[in-house]
Amino acid sequence: MVDHLLGIQGLSKSEIYRYLDTAHSFVEVSERDIKKVPTLRGKTIVNIFFEPSTRTLASFDIAGKRLSADTINVSIGSSSVKKGETLLDTVRTLESMKPDVLVMRHSESGAPHFAARCLANTSVVNAGDGQHEHPTQALLDLLTIRQHFKGRGIEGLKVGYVGDVRHSRVARSSVWANLALGNEVRLIGPNTLVPEDFARGTFGEGKVQVFDKLEAGLEGLDVVVALRMQLERQEEHFVPNLDEYSREYCISEGLLSKVAPNSIVIHPGPMNRGTEIASDVADGPRSLIRQQVTNGVAVRMAVLYLLARTVESVEEVGHG
Amino acid sequence: MAKSKPVVIHGGTLVDAASDRDGAFDLLIEEGKIAAIEKPGVLTSKVEADHLDAQGQWVMPGCVDLHVHLREPGEEWKETIQTGAEAAALGGYTSICCMPNTKPANDSPEVTRFILEKAKAAGASRVLPIGAISMDRKGQQLAPYHELAKAGCVAFSDDGDPVADAGLMRRALEWCLMLGLPLSCHEEDRNLSCGGCMNESPLSLRLGLKGFPGVAEDVMIARDIELARFTKGKVHICHVSTARGVELIRRAKNDGINITCEVAPHHLLLNECCVETYDTSYKMMPPLKGDEDIAGLIEGLKDGTVDAIASDHAPHHADSKLVEFSRATVGILGLQTSLPLLMEMSAQGIISRTRMVDLLSSGPCRSFGLDYGTLKIGRDADVIVVDPSRTWTFSSDEIRSKSKNSPFIGRTLTGQAAHTFVGGRHVVSNGLLVSDRGEAAAANSR
Repeated sequence: MVDHLLGIQGLSKSEIYRYLDTAHSFVEVSERDIKKVPTLRGKTIVNIFFEPSTRTLASFDIAGKRLSADTINVSIGSSSVKKGETLLDTVRTLESMKPDVLVMRHSESGAPHFAARCLANTSVVNAGDGQHEHPTQALLDLLTIRQHFKGRGIEGLKVGYVGDVRHSRVARSSVWANLALGNEVRLIGPNTLVPEDFARGTFGEGKVQVFDKLEAGLEGLDVVVALRMQLERQEEHFVPNLDEYSREYCISEGLLSKVAPNSIVIHPGPMNRGTEIASDVADGPRSLIRQQVTNGVAVRMAVLYLLARTVESVEEVGHG
Repeated sequence: MAKSKPVVIHGGTLVDAASDRDGAFDLLIEEGKIAAIEKPGVLTSKVEADHLDAQGQWVMPGCVDLHVHLREPGEEWKETIQTGAEAAALGGYTSICCMPNTKPANDSPEVTRFILEKAKAAGASRVLPIGAISMDRKGQQLAPYHELAKAGCVAFSDDGDPVADAGLMRRALEWCLMLGLPLSCHEEDRNLSCGGCMNESPLSLRLGLKGFPGVAEDVMIARDIELARFTKGKVHICHVSTARGVELIRRAKNDGINITCEVAPHHLLLNECCVETYDTSYKMMPPLKGDEDIAGLIEGLKDGTVDAIASDHAPHHADSKLVEFSRATVGILGLQTSLPLLMEMSAQGIISRTRMVDLLSSGPCRSFGLDYGTLKIGRDADVIVVDPSRTWTFSSDEIRSKSKNSPFIGRTLTGQAAHTFVGGRHVVSNGLLVSDRGEAAAANSR
């Protein structure tokens, strides 16, 4: 029986802290001169990306290498689907080469869950599936928030997600994580992208609040999560155009200093400056966006370590 | 054809909605017709007949399915007319209406005749072809309705694809009005359903799956109600899955519009939560709904708004389901599970026994104007004998269809057709196809 990390939904508070604590201990590795520990020596990690990605793929690859695992990156565009091989055949073929972990990014929601059901001996890590979950992103967000709120901890916070929540796997994973920690969660955006249904049972009845006015939603927040707004939403009629969107929902320093003066801002990237986030916020003192990327490596090291470790590797590093 | 021996079915409880019978009657089948229905004992003296003891069993008109996909011609690896008609007979269906989304589509009398010839050779349940509304089901040019009707089509449908063009739909209704035949309508506004692969709901948001909003079905039902009102044509609504759809049809019926509708068993018995694990065996079109819609459908069953249960029997190869949820094919088998599932609903008191029989036999026939679905003297002897107490587990071994895509595999069912007579032919006996027994006997004698 192997473990997987397919999503944040269903994880308990203590499981989340286990990932964060482990990640915390790995942060330091990336600050060394020799950025490598022997923890996963002899382990094989396949990063299989069915969707283009720069930062997540690089982050997982670096994380595996810093743990001394052998990492192999397989990028399969949507063209391979046209070639005829099914996802099932692809993952079974890879499993035959005896990898320890399969890190999977896929454009379709539920694809890593399907893969995990089909594989017997390989751990699956969801590196983002469709519009469903992106668990390592949620964990790195929390690690970043935790570093900022050192003294007070990460429980009892007010966290708001601004923008295209409907299409955001980052938001879903992060909402589950914050709900597990007992935080107040607000979803802010136009009702086409943040439908009322979110409050009616998506995360449990009444677990999150929905706002269609930016200022009211931001009021008193500790953490603002800006979400990427894509041009294609205009073609699909979710928004009239990006100018109309940004006039109503772009997060600016002026607004934040007025209604949420002590808030921090994070963004999963890549950013559209001037659309969902103003440059004065992105580059300003409340932005933790660069730290997020740094923490991504530590979080992915923690996830890979916890899934692929063996008894010997536990002894070497001293984690239990 | 050799003259078959008369059969007396005696000792059972005869349930027939159209003649409003529910009680102890014996029934005589002679020369393919129902020759007599009498109080117990009257027919037992007929010495020249075979006697079938139906003690403890229900004698019902054979079920009629207005909506099945037999995949032949063109996709014989999924199902053939033979395997589909046999699955039907085993499931208690004596007539099945097959949708025209074959390859080629049933938009020509050649295809219609091909289907009827194959069905005759299959020698199981009666197959009644449904012709296409538009050529190649593309929604651009009307199909030759008179020619198709003469060849044997009993209704017209572009099922699988909605008729997007309201102008074409209007003319189709006007032509079919002259034939007195219904248009069986798959109701979906594709600009609203927009590639959705499950019900649009809080759950679809959680799963990150594209939602198919119920309103995509409702607006098309509303459109076709108004077109039926305007043309006086006959509209039959396929697989209604929303409470609002049922309400629209209820009002249309009250207005005297010529409209009927069907509901599929899976929309009554399975909730959208079934897709929570991305299990593709629960992927349907229209998608499974939430509790409110299911309650609305059940209300429609109870008050008579719903005319028929139709299985939407949709065989698919396993490979097409062993993929990402959004890429999987839609639909499930239904011919061998619909009757026991409806019996389950009846046993739970959701609908009465006669209403159940109506939904499975006389109701469908009323909808399409078919001359079957009731136990009346002089009618074709489409009769089933159902064992209401037989408890069995539905397994893939039981499936006669070529494909095995059913989410009901593993479910314990109560009730099964023990005998199926199609036009007096004893097709299923003691739960087995008579043709199989013949083969088994031949194999033994070799």
